[in-house]
Amino acid sequence: MAVIKKFLYVNRKAPHGSIFALESLEVVLIGAAFDQDVALAFIDDGVYQLMRNQDTSGIGTKNFSATYKALGDYDISKIYVEKESLDLRGLSKDNLMPLTWEDEDDDWAEKDSIQVVSSTELAEIIDNQDVIFSF
Amino acid sequence: MKFGIMVSAGPYTHQASDTAYYFTEAALKNGHEIVRVFFYHDGVNNGTSLGVPPQDDRNITTRWSALAEKYDLDMVLCVAAAQRRGLLDENEAKRAGKDVSNMAAGFNISGLGQLIDAGIQADRLLVFGD
Amino acid sequence: MTILHIINKSPFEKNSLDTCLRLAKRGSAILLIEDGIYAAQKNTAVGNKLAAAAATHSLYALAPDLDARGIGKDKIIDGISLVDYDGFVQLTTETSGVQSWL
Repeated sequence: MAVIKKFLYVNRKAPHGSIFALESLEVVLIGAAFDQDVALAFIDDGVYQLMRNQDTSGIGTKNFSATYKALGDYDISKIYVEKESLDLRGLSKDNLMPLTWEDEDDDWAEKDSIQVVSSTELAEIIDNQDVIFSF
Repeated sequence: MKFGIMVSAGPYTHQASDTAYYFTEAALKNGHEIVRVFFYHDGVNNGTSLGVPPQDDRNITTRWSALAEKYDLDMVLCVAAAQRRGLLDENEAKRAGKDVSNMAAGFNISGLGQLIDAGIQADRLLVFGD
Repeated sequence: MTILHIINKSPFEKNSLDTCLRLAKRGSAILLIEDGIYAAQKNTAVGNKLAAAAATHSLYALAPDLDARGIGKDKIIDGISLVDYDGFVQLTTETSGVQSWL
């Protein structure tokens, strides 16, 4: 039995202004096939990646924001958003896209993937990881 | 101990790939194993054979190539990131209908799965970037 | 065992230091490299943050990066230990994982 490691993807950069958000998402999607214990953290400007109503038609770049909604289909159910980062930007969870996953062990009940966590909670989560990919 | 290294910044513009190089070299000298050096984002530019830095500067690409030769390092450029940025080995160049390839010695092109695999195989994974 | 946090950005340009200090668990190690070493100096606007962190975290700075930038060892906040690349490698073996605050 292979060891399952805890993988955390740390996203701290805003989308569209640079490629980091998109290329991070590409790693997450490939990584989902490896059956590891995966979580995503959105910190600082990274929280802007999850904003509702993104429309890139006027800037000619790929609108990959819809892809976040598919993460649940890849069994990615732990998406942490730091509360302090939202507060600093005048945002709340209502400004973010709703992301859900279906819990196999609970009759496929649809559950919320996004957990808004305090910096103290997130510090504990970060410290418990085996592998951290930061973007 | 086994290390995985991810380099996500290009050469020369940022110091990150220099730091990644010195870390990798120090780890190897100290008897550790490097599972893989994976180049992502602009980091794929570390693998171009077409860079011609001035003679009084370091040549980041040939330095990586020499380290790979000496220690039999596995150095991988992410295929998607590389194709976007014009880094092609002979096969990729042929497939894309380009008349040049520019992959320096010791670098290979492969998929992002190799990055995840490095995370799984290694005891520690470090990201060097901007 | 706690993880090693790495900061490579100047605290006067980016928020990496602040975010790291907010999210580095008490007792964990923080290493300043590249432009991150500017945070290690005494008598700057961020010096007091680092001095306070020295009480709760193990602090390190990469000596070759200090030397490159003309920051003398006498200018470094008490409680920050200097390491070379071998020491950097050693630090990663003594901690349970690594987070780079790019």
